[in-house]
Amino acid sequence: MRNLFSRTLQSTIIFLVVAGILALALGGYFGPASGLFTRTLINLQTWFSSRFVAVQDMLTAPRDVASLRERNAELEAEVAELQAQVIQLQQQVGETEILAALVDFSRANPENTYLAAAVIGVDPSPFLHFVIINRGSNDGIRRGMPVVTNQGLVGRIDAVIADAARVQLITDPDSNVNVRLQNAETNASLVGSVTGDISLQLIPQDIDIEEGDLVLTSGLGGGYPPDLIVGQVVNPRKRDFDLFQQATVQPVVDFNRMPIVLIIVNFTPVDISPLESAP
Amino acid sequence: MRNLVAIPIIVLAVQIQVSIVSRVPLLSGTADLPLVILAAWALQDGVDTSWHWALGMALLVGFVSAIPFFVPILGYLFVVLVARGFQMRVWQTPLLAMFLVCLLGTAFFHVFSMGTLSLLGIQMPILDSLGLITLPSILLNLLLAIPIFAMMRDLARWVYPLPEFE
Repeated sequence: MRNLFSRTLQSTIIFLVVAGILALALGGYFGPASGLFTRTLINLQTWFSSRFVAVQDMLTAPRDVASLRERNAELEAEVAELQAQVIQLQQQVGETEILAALVDFSRANPENTYLAAAVIGVDPSPFLHFVIINRGSNDGIRRGMPVVTNQGLVGRIDAVIADAARVQLITDPDSNVNVRLQNAETNASLVGSVTGDISLQLIPQDIDIEEGDLVLTSGLGGGYPPDLIVGQVVNPRKRDFDLFQQATVQPVVDFNRMPIVLIIVNFTPVDISPLESAP
Repeated sequence: MRNLVAIPIIVLAVQIQVSIVSRVPLLSGTADLPLVILAAWALQDGVDTSWHWALGMALLVGFVSAIPFFVPILGYLFVVLVARGFQMRVWQTPLLAMFLVCLLGTAFFHVFSMGTLSLLGIQMPILDSLGLITLPSILLNLLLAIPIFAMMRDLARWVYPLPEFE
């Protein structure tokens, strides 16, 4: 009986102590102590967690780097492929623009029949100004046919084989084109030079020529059709003691950037050399 | 059989010259890749086909170019002649010999071209030609001389391996 009373009292005291502690805790009286406890717990948990993450990173990082490297290589390959496509498309756009300009030119000059050809080479001798095109006698190309671009006169066919031809540019030192000055209404001779400059010769002294005058083919001699644009006068030289005036001409064609040219295939040049060599 | 290596190299050299090198001028001058290759080949020890190379390159260049065909023939044969002359004197500095061959070969080739074109009635102002074409061409050829010489030396070692000493 006494034991039973003692146990009941013990349980009651424990209950009251626990209840008191809970009441005090709920009342906020254990705030500093519980804060210290929870902070310690949290810090400990943070320490464990950070160490675990570090170990996990250490164990899994090599696999991630490998996959990232693989992905990076894939992306780099894709970028390189796209860049190549961009360059290819830019080139196609450039070619399309050139072809469109050439088509416009041929439509604007329906009296001539044109054949387009790509410039595939340049004469290896620096003293001569010839280019090689990818059209030959199989395409109906014949020696002497004029070659133009949408900008103006380029030259004429000098030699032909089956699938290629050599074009003598008007800048060649052996080139001689009969031209006329549009404003001055006079004829002259356009000659090339070893440095690629072209100049007008045999201009009568009594003719007034000015910078900017347009130079066109005259058609005299039968070597070229008339009225093809050649260039503009940039530096007229008139000296009283000379028989003729001279002038430098700025060609309208950029001979260094000439990927595609047009050959006038319906023009038959006249060979007047027998007349020239006659006594 | 090993002489057949000349065919692709000669064709490739002339094609690169026509399609690329001639389109990269310095003033009005351009490098002459076949000439430089020929000079480098003729200076290699053990090479005995340089005359054939010269003739092959000259015929191909003469076919492509508008210049009279005998100009490249004589010009390239002169290059080989000069190179063999230097080599037979046991030149101890092959790169210097290469520079000299390129210099003399280019100068001869250009002077010969100018003389021939002048005889054909083409106006050839000497000062302009020398200053704007020949001198820049010599400079470009000298720039090409170093890498081409190294490449042709490797090719010569491959085609004509040196005897092994025990």
